[in-house]
Amino acid sequence: MEDLKLELKNNIIELLNLEDVNVDEIKDDDSLFGDGLGLDSIDALELIVMLDKDYGIRLTDPKEGKKIFESIEIMAAYITEHRTK
Amino acid sequence: MGKGVAITGMGIISSIGNTVEENFQSLRQKTPGISKIEGISTIHKDHIKVGEIKISNENLSDLLNLPSSNNYSRTALLAEVAAKEALKNAGITNVNSYKTGLISATSVGGMDLTEKFFYSQFEEEENRKYIESHSAGDSSTKIANSLGITGFVSTISTACSSAANSIMLGARMIKAGKLDRVIVGGADCLSKFTINGFKTLMILSETNCKPFDANRTGLNLGEAAAFLVLESDACVKADNKNVLGYVSGYANANDAFHQTASSVDGEGATLAMKKALKVAGLSSVDIDYINAHGTATENNDASESAAIRRVFGDHLPKVSSTKAYTGHTLAAAAAIEAVYSILALQNNLIFPNLNFETPIKETNIIPETDLLQKDLQHVLSNSFGFGGNCSTLIFSKE
Amino acid sequence: MGNYYINGISCISAQESSDNELGLQNFVALTENVVPLQKPDYKKYIKPTMIRRMSVGVKMGVVASSIALQEANVEMPEAIITGSGMGCLRDSEKFLKNIIDNEEQFLTPTAFIQSTHNTVGAQIALGLGCKAYNVTYVHDATSFETSLLDAMMMFEEGEQNVLVGGVDEIGPYTTDLHKLVGHVKEEETLKNSLLKSKTKGAIYSEGSQFFVLGDKKKDNCYAQLKDVVIYNKLEQNEVAQKLEVFLKDNNLTISDIDVVVLGLNGDVDYDSYYTTLQNTLLANTTQVYYKHFSGEYNTASAFGMWTACTLIKSQKVPKNIQLNEIESGSIKNVVLYNQYRGENHSFVLLKSC
Repeated sequence: MEDLKLELKNNIIELLNLEDVNVDEIKDDDSLFGDGLGLDSIDALELIVMLDKDYGIRLTDPKEGKKIFESIEIMAAYITEHRTK
Repeated sequence: MGKGVAITGMGIISSIGNTVEENFQSLRQKTPGISKIEGISTIHKDHIKVGEIKISNENLSDLLNLPSSNNYSRTALLAEVAAKEALKNAGITNVNSYKTGLISATSVGGMDLTEKFFYSQFEEEENRKYIESHSAGDSSTKIANSLGITGFVSTISTACSSAANSIMLGARMIKAGKLDRVIVGGADCLSKFTINGFKTLMILSETNCKPFDANRTGLNLGEAAAFLVLESDACVKADNKNVLGYVSGYANANDAFHQTASSVDGEGATLAMKKALKVAGLSSVDIDYINAHGTATENNDASESAAIRRVFGDHLPKVSSTKAYTGHTLAAAAAIEAVYSILALQNNLIFPNLNFETPIKETNIIPETDLLQKDLQHVLSNSFGFGGNCSTLIFSKE
Repeated sequence: MGNYYINGISCISAQESSDNELGLQNFVALTENVVPLQKPDYKKYIKPTMIRRMSVGVKMGVVASSIALQEANVEMPEAIITGSGMGCLRDSEKFLKNIIDNEEQFLTPTAFIQSTHNTVGAQIALGLGCKAYNVTYVHDATSFETSLLDAMMMFEEGEQNVLVGGVDEIGPYTTDLHKLVGHVKEEETLKNSLLKSKTKGAIYSEGSQFFVLGDKKKDNCYAQLKDVVIYNKLEQNEVAQKLEVFLKDNNLTISDIDVVVLGLNGDVDYDSYYTTLQNTLLANTTQVYYKHFSGEYNTASAFGMWTACTLIKSQKVPKNIQLNEIESGSIKNVVLYNQYRGENHSFVLLKSC
């Protein structure tokens, strides 16, 4: 689980071009959207593709993403439970 | 503000017809042009529906008497069909008898060719003729050359509001005395590029789109081209021209909210509608019908509804979106909807908003779902695009 | 027609050009066939939250617009008008390549969203919170000139400050395609100066130039924009006559023109449009060019207008851009002529303020 969290942080920084952010600055329970990391709806769509590509989890409704991407903690738990690869 | 700029001709090709008359019949008969995609091979073909024109590029080329060696993109082919009909409809035989310009709009340009020959242009010399067909300006240049227009030619690309801005520029240039006559409109063909682009935004509907419905499921993409001929009062008078209607109001404003999404309160759209009314010298109660942008995405229809409420309050004109007929034809949308708005004025008919069942709770806008006969003086048409680009046109009978 | 004052300018290009005061004295003629821009300090102008998705074109457009607005001391323009022949080319190429290489799978939206031609204008508006008129012209070599024409009409319609500019970026895939058909010069031909190469094609480059036009003259006014005209198509032997008509429409003759700024790009097939003029109508006028510094891109003529603005303000013609020996004296009226591959011709008239 800890490995997965680190992997997610690294991927998010790279995927979303968060140049000025370091891995250790993202806390597991930090909110990724809004006041936390400041991600927005376009980032959510990027993350949906990441779920599909890296973990074989396919979402059809972007609204589902909102809950899953709340924090690294929640994301990692969701991936662990639903991943197909 | 005196009356607007005269419209003396129009031409259109869309998934509901290859001419103005065919489009009119489909609108009247409530016959949508939404189908499965045939002309483009895509992995999404079973999961999307589109407003596709079922005529091959070869047949369009033949229709235009082009040599088989031509390097027209599908956008250019559609554009030329519509522009020629518009010119013919306006009874113009000598295009240079007045100072005449052309303003087109496109978002994909020659992308259909570039995606088809993406790698083969390097290997096969015969495919290199398409390299110059990629740019947005290419289709406008081709039509201009074909029609013999040597003066002012330009192209606008502001995503899905593009053609509204080309009609606006044309009207402004005539008002400013820079041109006597101008052919304005837009064209976009379907492409893998836009299909996949909108797919990544997760806003393509698997079924026929349902504009303004509470349970809408996203948009259908479409392809089309349409052009209007605008003429100065002096031209109209000198040639005793038949006037189809007037461009009386226009405006563009920016939502400045988000790169793709519209603001919840429809700020940009509200500004555009208010400013267009001001240009036309009209008040909101003068508008008889709104041909809405109504793409059937969650975001657009909510935001546009909010904006319509802000401008019109409880005194709501009749509203409908014709996107359920044609799909969202991107840079051509405002041009085909200009043709529909003028057809509405000419025939005193409001075309239905197909597939609507349940109103959106927050704004409770109930569009017309049947063909409605009503005396119309002023029609307002909205078109909104990425980058917060919001345009409104107003067409008037007199 | 009213008066339109150019109160702020900016230039991001293949040269160190972001400081207007330095003008073009330190510019170095380009010697490669594809030359990228000299990157300005983006972070000085763009918020980190916005910069992360921006391609080169968007970044340089946003920076260029900021510099011009700052110089004109305008916070919120009443219109943002952008010319961009190819739009956000890199993101278009990126998204298209992903579609083809990945067979339409695992595509993400960012490149698509940023690929639309109006992204630069939209991002400028978003950065400023500017809800005003915002349009993008995409008509090849006259994209920028259509923007100028629109801006002039905006003033007639009562606006006070208009931000207008051009932006085009190099797309590696598109450049490779254009090399196939000889639109890009062969590298080895550039050992001599651009105009002496006598070869086909141009140097491909990128850049963004923005201008703030106002209905009132400010202290740092560079010039007045007097008129613009565009022709889709002209024969070589028509250019001189059309230029004379353009001047006549502005109550001028060729003897009133102090400097002419020409879009010569060293393409042996098309430079004759300019040389014909140079040897006839313009034989006694100070002639300058700029594409040995800017390279060619659809909106490179905006670099030409930036050059003209600096000439008028400094009242000096640097030797590194002059084509003939004729001294200009005081610089009052300047005319620009540009075309690309024999199409999309434009004349722009500037006057000292």
